[in-house]
Amino acid sequence: MSDSLTYAYYPGCSGTGTSMEYDMSTRAVCEKLGIRLTDIPDWSCCGSTPAHTVDHSLSSALSARNLQLVEKMDLDTAVTPCPSCLTNLKSAEHRMKKDEMREKVNKLLDNPYNGGVSTKSVLQILVEDLGLKALKESTIKPLKGLKVAAYYGCIMNRPPEVMNFDDPEHPMAMDNILKAMGATVLPYPLKVECCGASFGIPRKDVVMRLSGKLLDVADDIGVDALVTACPLCQMNLDLRQTQINSATGAKHNIPIFYYTQLMGIALGMNEKEMGMDKLCVSPRKVLDAIGKEEKK
Amino acid sequence: MKIGVFVCHCGTNIEGTVDTAAVAEAAREFPGVVFATDTMYACSEPGQDGIIEAIKEHKLDGVVVASCTPRMHEPTFRKTLERAGLNRYLFEMANIREHVSWIGKDREANTNKSVDLVRMAAAKLINNKPLNAKFFDMNKKVMIVGGGVAGIQAALDCADGGLDVILVEKTSSIGGKMAKLDKTFPTVDCSSCVLGPRMVDVAQHPNITLHAYSEIEEVNGYVGNFEVKIKKKASYVNWDLCTGCGICMEKCPSKKADNPFDEYLGKAPAINIPFPQAIPKKAVIDPDFCIKIKRDKCGVCAKVCPSEAIDYTQQDEFITEEVGAVVAATGYDLFDWTVYGEYGGGQYPDVITSMQYERMLSASGPSEGHVKRPSDGKEPKNVVFIQCVGSRDKSVDRPYCSGFCCMYTAKQSILTKDHIPDSQSYVFYMDIRAPGKMYDEFTRRAMEEYGAKYIRGRVSMIYPKGDKLIVRGADTLMGDQVEVDADLVVLAVGVEAANGATDLAKKLRISYDNYGFFMEGHPKLKPVETNTAGVFLAGACQGPKDIPASVAQGSAAAAKVLAMFSKDQLESDPAISVVDIKRCIGCGKCISTCPFGAIKEVDFRGMVKAEVIETICQGCGICTSTCPQGAIQLQHFTDNQILAEVNAVCRF
Repeated sequence: MSDSLTYAYYPGCSGTGTSMEYDMSTRAVCEKLGIRLTDIPDWSCCGSTPAHTVDHSLSSALSARNLQLVEKMDLDTAVTPCPSCLTNLKSAEHRMKKDEMREKVNKLLDNPYNGGVSTKSVLQILVEDLGLKALKESTIKPLKGLKVAAYYGCIMNRPPEVMNFDDPEHPMAMDNILKAMGATVLPYPLKVECCGASFGIPRKDVVMRLSGKLLDVADDIGVDALVTACPLCQMNLDLRQTQINSATGAKHNIPIFYYTQLMGIALGMNEKEMGMDKLCVSPRKVLDAIGKEEKK
Repeated sequence: MKIGVFVCHCGTNIEGTVDTAAVAEAAREFPGVVFATDTMYACSEPGQDGIIEAIKEHKLDGVVVASCTPRMHEPTFRKTLERAGLNRYLFEMANIREHVSWIGKDREANTNKSVDLVRMAAAKLINNKPLNAKFFDMNKKVMIVGGGVAGIQAALDCADGGLDVILVEKTSSIGGKMAKLDKTFPTVDCSSCVLGPRMVDVAQHPNITLHAYSEIEEVNGYVGNFEVKIKKKASYVNWDLCTGCGICMEKCPSKKADNPFDEYLGKAPAINIPFPQAIPKKAVIDPDFCIKIKRDKCGVCAKVCPSEAIDYTQQDEFITEEVGAVVAATGYDLFDWTVYGEYGGGQYPDVITSMQYERMLSASGPSEGHVKRPSDGKEPKNVVFIQCVGSRDKSVDRPYCSGFCCMYTAKQSILTKDHIPDSQSYVFYMDIRAPGKMYDEFTRRAMEEYGAKYIRGRVSMIYPKGDKLIVRGADTLMGDQVEVDADLVVLAVGVEAANGATDLAKKLRISYDNYGFFMEGHPKLKPVETNTAGVFLAGACQGPKDIPASVAQGSAAAAKVLAMFSKDQLESDPAISVVDIKRCIGCGKCISTCPFGAIKEVDFRGMVKAEVIETICQGCGICTSTCPQGAIQLQHFTDNQILAEVNAVCRF
């Protein structure tokens, strides 16, 4: 683990607000594993969901500004935990391969972006750069007895020609990480289904239906918890679980973890550091059960 | 030399973007040209007659036609010259259609380029010499590669026409894909009842020699005189003694071998005859699963065999056959659908392929004609068919239509209702392509009489819920999403080129397309020929085809072979290399570069010289550019002729 594991870190707006526990746990886990994350100085919003629906060049400029800052840092890889930020950064990169677009976008920037940065998700560097073997070896408290399913959401691996990581229909990165750290990972057929995303604001019924289905199937296959990699997915499933229950008459009580939170537990860090107290559906029972199965 | 130039309009094909009259006018100034004109269709009868008239009236010695590709009409115009009494090699063609009018829109630039091309052609023509073809004998035996229905038809037609036929099949029985089918569309008659007797005909025909469990190893020679090395794969059974009684299969204790004939549903004994009607009906041992071959134990089959046919030490054997023509009929393979992650990527046992379903429906299949879910053996009630799996889908590099999936899906939905009367079929389709005779009526019957529910739209996802599979798709006619609870999902997988097709194409020196299908000589006018003389095509090796089309092409290929063999001798192309014996220093460079092995060393008054074997030389010209002395020249493309072209185009 040499200098190759140094990255420019882009936390994204959710990471500093609604998904602080994701950001906290990501930073802590990476530090523990010897991955150096350096924050991009003066980073700005990636444009989130609305920007690219309005204007491609403006939305690309938002991301290109951040990429250009990475260039200045003399680093060649930017990482972000958030799939939505990742999509925007990668799409900007992709679009700016066309001369016309690059000129248009660079006109909007104070300093032009030359295109020397690649963007990856934290998930990707964990699997590809660090490797499952290292994760297995670093595990102090294996996630024994924990039955989980990995839920990737719809944009982590899509579109494949832009994201260029894992399988767009059957991603396995998170499954493999959790398996390496001792959890029992059940095959989850809806792992790339949409949770309803930001429709929670204009059309709550859509989220109730889509996220409701995700929870139904999770209960069907008998998981103790769902594991996510996306702040928005986590919010819809966790924060809205009681809403979903009252809308659909279900009685779900499924903790929704970020994969980094469970990694932190496996690496021997405490719950506070992982922001477990910030989850809405209480993970108490599940966390207490880790490693207890054999003693029963 | 008095040259005549004819600039063809090709309707608007050329005239639309080239001023042909101006090209003809310019041509009148070229050296040697005494007559030039533009003409509506040079290849038509009046067009050709015009050329003949001009030859006679202006006493022409040579002709340039500026029109389409020589591949299309060079033979046509050469014949025209012969009818006018000129040697056919005193003709040159300038391609101003494919090389000019079809690719550029600027009329002025196109006209200028056309003038240049005609100038080159005329300059070369001045240096042309009359050449005369030679005749050679041919071996009137034909080899058919592939024993599916197309190959069987070609073999029987050739054999009935009196030819000796060598039929080579890579598996242990002929019959191909058709032998695996339960019923055929649109008649729903039993596939093996149609094919079976034809297979027996092959076995019994006195003119047919069948090499089953054999592959083409090497092809040498040329049209009329091919030499083919065949590998007879070790079957570990002496087929001269084996009677096909099947006792060995019954007694074999290892019953875990793969079963490709049943599409890997169920297992087979390590010694196996693939199906009851197999031709030849001979056993083959799968060495990967034979306990005797792997661990030197067991040996049961040798003990029980009444004719002592088992031979565990058998090795691959190589034989050579000499034939005059080859028909490739190697068929197709099915698309590997496990790349579709959204359909489970091969993880869900109750998502099966159409061919697996076909085996399930077949009375001689692994479930003896009972439809059972692979997961729990239950009879399915809701069966969902998904069409276009691996066809018309750019994302998996299969943008072409596989042609017959619409039909076999309709057939399977009908058979499902026959087998399970209280079942319901759902068919997700993109659009129905049923253009054959009685085809559209057939799909209508599936919908109207058998109640199959057709849903226009792709399936986005299949996922298990309890013991059901939820099939989620779009209904693009309703403009809505639909979900069907399925007990069984059948994927109508598309067609791709047979495994190893490109290797065979290289051995036969024939072209293949991006997807590995063999290329026909001309998409419209030479559907069963290839660009290699003496090699013909039949069936789905050329592209997806259903049974009637494959059979028709099998017969067509046989007709071509019979027509070729009806001549006493074949004519050789004189546009081949010749060695100037005075200049040749016998260095042998040409011998080592010739890809066809057409040049040999000879002793000439005590000196080493090169000599071209006329019948093998393909006229590629590699030797001429290799020879340090310029002693070897390709007739009709000599250095002087090519330099004349270069000088004509670089005259400034």
